[in-house]
Amino acid sequence: MWEYTDKVKELFLNPRNAGVIEDADGVGEVGSMACGDALKLCLKVNDEGVIEDARFQTFGCASAIASASALTEMLKGKTVEEAEKITNQEIADYLGGLPKEKMHCSVLGQQALEKALAHYRGDPVKEEEEGEIVCECFGITDRQIEKAVRENNLTTLEEVTNYTKAGGGCETCHDRIREIIQAIRAERQPKVRPRMSNIQKIQLIEETLENEVRPSLRQDGGDIELVDVIGNRVLLSMRGACATCKASQQTMKNFVEAKLRELVWPEIDVEEVPS
Amino acid sequence: MKTVYLDNNATTRVAPEVIEAMTPYFGEYYGNPSSAHRFGGQVAARLKEARERVASLLGAEPGEILFTSCGTESDNTAVRSALALNPGKRHVVTSRVEHPAIRTLGQYLVEQGYEVTEIPVDGEGRLDMDRYADSLRPDTAVVTLMWANNETGVIFPVEEAAQMARDQDILFHTDAVQVVGKVPVRLKESAIDMLSLSGHKLHGPKGIGVLYVRKGTTFSPYLIGGHQEGNRRGGTENTPGIIGLGKACELAAANLDKENTEVRRLRDRLEQALTATIPSSLVNGGGEERLPNTSNISFESVEGEAILLMMDEFGICASSGSACTSGSLQPSHVLRAMGVPFTMAHGSIRFSLSVYTTEEEIDFVIEKTPPIVERLRSLSPFWDPAKATCTSG
Repeated sequence: MWEYTDKVKELFLNPRNAGVIEDADGVGEVGSMACGDALKLCLKVNDEGVIEDARFQTFGCASAIASASALTEMLKGKTVEEAEKITNQEIADYLGGLPKEKMHCSVLGQQALEKALAHYRGDPVKEEEEGEIVCECFGITDRQIEKAVRENNLTTLEEVTNYTKAGGGCETCHDRIREIIQAIRAERQPKVRPRMSNIQKIQLIEETLENEVRPSLRQDGGDIELVDVIGNRVLLSMRGACATCKASQQTMKNFVEAKLRELVWPEIDVEEVPS
Repeated sequence: MKTVYLDNNATTRVAPEVIEAMTPYFGEYYGNPSSAHRFGGQVAARLKEARERVASLLGAEPGEILFTSCGTESDNTAVRSALALNPGKRHVVTSRVEHPAIRTLGQYLVEQGYEVTEIPVDGEGRLDMDRYADSLRPDTAVVTLMWANNETGVIFPVEEAAQMARDQDILFHTDAVQVVGKVPVRLKESAIDMLSLSGHKLHGPKGIGVLYVRKGTTFSPYLIGGHQEGNRRGGTENTPGIIGLGKACELAAANLDKENTEVRRLRDRLEQALTATIPSSLVNGGGEERLPNTSNISFESVEGEAILLMMDEFGICASSGSACTSGSLQPSHVLRAMGVPFTMAHGSIRFSLSVYTTEEEIDFVIEKTPPIVERLRSLSPFWDPAKATCTSG
């Protein structure tokens, strides 16, 4: 049984603001029944740009219903500008926290809010902003995953699944999700440094392998070792599960090389040598 | 608040007679049945009696009964024994709807390089016997099929399946934890080589299980240790658990008729009343061959966990195949294997009764459930009350 806070239980058993607004100024619908949860959010905004009324309809579990109800309570009386700043974490905080496996319920609320506000502003639906589907099972795009990773400072695949559901089905998208996490974490690292001695280069390569590469290889039971550095050529050897993995070539080029080019120096050419 | 317990496929109430039978063996009679002295010996005599009671319920011989710690241990022991004794055979046959005790073991075996064939089921949850027949091969080491499904109650024709395996000299194991005590079992007359049962599913205590191993079946122990259980399962016996299980089996034999008359009648009443009063509701696996105590009903466009929590407010205990309930993100593998659409699978509720279920309790559930579903549907963006159906999804 889930450990829900009293606030979650209260808003689940006696949800506030359930229903629709017939002449709503902003409507946002997210999720689907196939996914297991869905939310329709209706907003009534007055001439001063203040949200006068907010109502929801939810298909989902107790925490999905409570999150939607909490969101409507938070929205009432706020200006549109204030509403835009609401994050999924604030929805979860309003409820006194959610079990980590249920954080996606708060993300669903935030996504519905975003759509409802876009609808209110009359923004055209921008296809390119929707991103490309990463998780086929739940229809989650790279944009949605990136947003969740950034806003909640997520570092592992498991956290991404808890927050977005992405990767919770057939699991074939796990590598892609790890790449997204890595890419965002890399943004936060200091950029390319000027002129280094060979010793410095080797140290920086080692450091990058240790912090940025090994953690995700180890999740799959693999490892990597630096063999030599000759000019721009960086010779590496795969260990453990990676050594026998058919995809190791791809991992070398797409992941390891990209990482080293980004964080060490941009002309690096990675070569895999037998262990 | 009174508890209305309709989750008996998860676990059952320990019968008061069982508790009474067990209690002295926690306290006063704590002796080790292996000891030479009479103080231990008197416990050994009670274990012998318990073994006879279990054997009697299964239509087996006492020497064919091994006590284990749970159904999962029995399942693991059976399958691993078959594989250990047939190192040249690397193929295992099972079904798509097994309990995690077998399902996860199957996944592990695949990682270890075994080939595992999972036989599919149809929309009613019935095993595809043609596919089963085709799956048996000279390199098949063991077949393991559940006798009845824990989520839907659908019964597989395991006696027929066992005979087909025997005809090709393949060992046959069945996970029968949901069946024993609800359906007559006559192992002597069957071709089943190994069978698992679990104490707490038939009003016995938790922490005790049984593996039946047919006389003459070669066997490789899983727990290596002392001489207990005829050198087939090391470890000092769980004496109160074994004695309690013996009593539970004796009671189960006496209640077998009641399961198939009274419990079945209450289950049918509950099922008919709920599907009649709640629009867009459907029984999953509701065919003839089904456990008398189980009903799995899907309520379209509501989510199972939400139903369970609202029922919980009235003290009603049931379970759900919805994703949210388990913490996974996909609904039950059993319902998916049956091809139940996600829109229905998310709203599935399993009611499982027992001989302790009363008419009043069923009345109470029949009264409380429809408003809960209606209330949740009124919150749902997919429910169109005018049409009393789902509008999209």
